Amino acid sequence: MTNIASQDKQTPPALSRPVVNAAAAATANRPDAKSKIVAKDVDFYYGDFHALKKINIVVPEHQVTALIGPSGCGKSTFLRTLNRMNDLIDGTRLTGSITLDGADIYDRSRDVVGLRKTVGMVFQKPNPFPMTIFDNICYGPRIHGIRNRKLLDEVVERTLRGAALWDEVKDKLHKSAFALSGGQQQRLCIARVLAVEPDVILMDEPCSALDPNSTFRIEQLMEDLRGHYTIVIVTHNMQQAARVSQQTGFFLRGELREFDDTSTIFTNPSDEETEAYVSGRFG
Amino acid sequence: MVNNTTTVKPHRSNVTQRKIANRIMLTLCMLASVAAVTVLGLVLFFLISKGFSSINVNFFTQLPNHVDEKAGGMSQSIYGTLVLLGLASVIGLPLGILGGIYQLEAKGKFASAVRFFTDVLNGIPSIVIGIFVYAVWVAPIAKLHPGTGYSAFAGGFALGIMMIPTIMRTTEEILKLVPFSMREASLGLGATRWRTMWSVVLPSARGGVITGIMLALARIAGETAPLLFTILGNEFFVTHKVYGIKVPTLTAPIDALPLRIYNYATAVDPEQQRMAWAGAVVLITLILVLSIAARAATRGKVLEEK
Repeated sequence: MTNIASQDKQTPPALSRPVVNAAAAATANRPDAKSKIVAKDVDFYYGDFHALKKINIVVPEHQVTALIGPSGCGKSTFLRTLNRMNDLIDGTRLTGSITLDGADIYDRSRDVVGLRKTVGMVFQKPNPFPMTIFDNICYGPRIHGIRNRKLLDEVVERTLRGAALWDEVKDKLHKSAFALSGGQQQRLCIARVLAVEPDVILMDEPCSALDPNSTFRIEQLMEDLRGHYTIVIVTHNMQQAARVSQQTGFFLRGELREFDDTSTIFTNPSDEETEAYVSGRFG
Repeated sequence: MVNNTTTVKPHRSNVTQRKIANRIMLTLCMLASVAAVTVLGLVLFFLISKGFSSINVNFFTQLPNHVDEKAGGMSQSIYGTLVLLGLASVIGLPLGILGGIYQLEAKGKFASAVRFFTDVLNGIPSIVIGIFVYAVWVAPIAKLHPGTGYSAFAGGFALGIMMIPTIMRTTEEILKLVPFSMREASLGLGATRWRTMWSVVLPSARGGVITGIMLALARIAGETAPLLFTILGNEFFVTHKVYGIKVPTLTAPIDALPLRIYNYATAVDPEQQRMAWAGAVVLITLILVLSIAARAATRGKVLEEK
């Protein structure tokens, strides 16, 4: 709905001009949407390698934000800064600030475990645990202290329904998760994330290992989830970004070249390189 | 043109040369493996031909009988070895596995120092470990209570020390094989590192960790040197009763198969020498069983996938 509204009032090119104004452009575009995640002047280093350069971005609540760009452009790196997954890699360093609902997630006193509960993540390759489907879903709730069997049963059914997997697996909940197909495994991983009741779901190329049919189901699922969760997705597939997202950011060589409404990025980008990329001239 | 022909010809002979070199090297590799297997085969052949005839029911149920060696057995050594393996596991398993996890998870100077010292510990000759345990355990106790000191505890302690580096290293190597994506998934759900390790990584690598434990047990089962200074050896199996149940007395000297073999093999009595051969067969069988159990635990795969 907001999508259509934004198409009416096109962003003036000056506002959505690269990098510095990107954040301002996004907020200017939707005064109605609450901003969920705000990244300000984020620089990120792997050792000496400067992977992200002065990233400014505002992710609105309850929408799908897509990050596109060629390989090695930093889009996955940026995604992983949002739940501090990069902390797991040695020798990384971040400057600038990223806030979630106004609170700095890189604050010293911030509880990383709690942050990752709020900001869930779905990975490129489906990575179910070597357990049953039921235990996979219950892993999250259990580590957060839910033991009641009835409650867990409810969580399993609700999340599997939420991930559009319930009808396919309801009779084999106690079978190994590895018996599922790749697409089913990925939906199981989404259900597993839903089970810890996050606010934000990060998806790192969630469909790149899946066939078109499974991809379609996951895209549908994202559309359904959007009302309740804020979704940030990294994708190599530009058509996918165009289909599922409301805003799109284009990353190139560690910079956020342009961030705007998806329709604007794909039909009327203001950055030359963005245009070259989305029209398929490189990448 | 001229160049062309000259480059083609040596090229051809080169192919033949490479084929011949290939044949030679493969043959050498095969011969080396045959030699290794032959040695193992000869050892087994000698053991069985010399010792098998002395193995009977008495061997497993009776204590040594010096009047009629054939009527006696080595039951006390067999039980002793099992008790020592159990005691060693109590020390070696938790320390080895937790240490292995630490080496995998922790980074920095202390962790690499730990890794270095583990390797050093792995390289320390077993007799030195025996002397060490004698010095810190057996001798002080003997000073306090003359006539005591040598005990199953001391032997289990020495063998446990020997288990630590082996288990630590194999645990670390096996856990490294668990795909990082598995940990990411768990950490991404808000699990702590320990929780991730305990609920996801360790269960995935269960088979491999068990293999490491079995191999460590198989290794220490045949150790003699550290036992010379710690358990003394015993021709009886000392037990006492706890709530009416017979349990081995761990503060008393105990016997072990390798030590009994050593004692009998160096004896003058040919009957005792025959018993030593028989003991060796039993010991080898025990180690073989542990190794086969290790294989069965993994059933050909190191990581759990189903």
